[in-house]
Amino acid sequence: MLNHVNIFYYGDIPDAGGSASENNKNNFAEVNWPLWEVFIRSKQGLDHKHVGSLHAADAAMAIENARDVYTRRMEGVSIWVVRSEDIHASNPDESGMLYEPANDKVYRHPTFYNIPDSITHM
Amino acid sequence: MDHLHNYLLHLADNALILGHRNSEWCGHGPVLEQDIALTNISLDLLGQARYFYQYAASRAGAGVTEDSLAYLRDTREFKNFLVLELPDSDWGFTVLRQYLFSQYQYLLYEKLVDASDQEIAAIAEKSLKEVAYHVRWSKEWVIRLGDGTTESRKKMIASWNILKDYVGEFFIASDEEKMLTESNMAVDPVTLREKWISLVNPVFEEATLEFRLQKWTQQGGRQGMHTEHLGYLLAEMQYMQRTYPGMEW
Repeated sequence: MLNHVNIFYYGDIPDAGGSASENNKNNFAEVNWPLWEVFIRSKQGLDHKHVGSLHAADAAMAIENARDVYTRRMEGVSIWVVRSEDIHASNPDESGMLYEPANDKVYRHPTFYNIPDSITHM
Repeated sequence: MDHLHNYLLHLADNALILGHRNSEWCGHGPVLEQDIALTNISLDLLGQARYFYQYAASRAGAGVTEDSLAYLRDTREFKNFLVLELPDSDWGFTVLRQYLFSQYQYLLYEKLVDASDQEIAAIAEKSLKEVAYHVRWSKEWVIRLGDGTTESRKKMIASWNILKDYVGEFFIASDEEKMLTESNMAVDPVTLREKWISLVNPVFEEATLEFRLQKWTQQGGRQGMHTEHLGYLLAEMQYMQRTYPGMEW
């Protein structure tokens, strides 16, 4: 169905005519580096936050690429990378069963206590 | 002009010319991540060039600015190493040249941190961290490609066959370097040679490339005797200032 769509990848645009689509489809895993998810800690004491993803041949390159792509504007002091395929996600179709039962259980929030005046920053 | 002026221009021109060569990859890198990585390095080098030009301009006085030094001098007045103006044939050439120069530049700045001239010492200290990363990034690529596929290895060998005729120029002391070294304002490059070889050698070994630094070398960049490539580079880089003198944006 999508056979008429030519897929070009960054830096891989043919000089003249032709289409890279067949080639790219058949050798996707061979010609593309694996995808990595990048997590950056913005400053001491805060946790690592997901900032995006990138391609790299291995973990060392992934960290260097993350440094060059995601910390150019002083965003971070620490980088984590993990192969995207190693991340397992919950299924959005199951969100009703997974999350809605919690909706009517407000008593799980610690909001029914009187906080003494001497406690601040709560 | 005095020795220090010439030395500052040499340091600045090296950074500017290689920075410009690298910037030619902007939008053409093999993958987006590396395109950005090399552009970052270009910007680091451009920043270093600016510091040296600004210092040279402040000493030179009337009418001389960092822009006039970068954009209004002709080929014969540029003092960069010849190897830095060579056009890029492929990514392998780019990363190998970057590694060989960055490794030299690292050793140089490491010494210049202790220079008797406060300005030079400060610029060297600030630049050293940038260059340390340039070394790390380019070294990684030299090893990957040298010890990579048949094709990448072939290109790395071809690149070294060109570069080996030029890198010896790093270690020839110019007249101003000899003079300035006496007052500890410059580094005698001859003293960096052995250390450089001892650092580059294991990297080539890991990349399974043969490394042998020959005695003969192309030279003349310090004296303004350049390859034909610099003229084309300057024509593009200086076009705007030459066509619209004094323009700002």
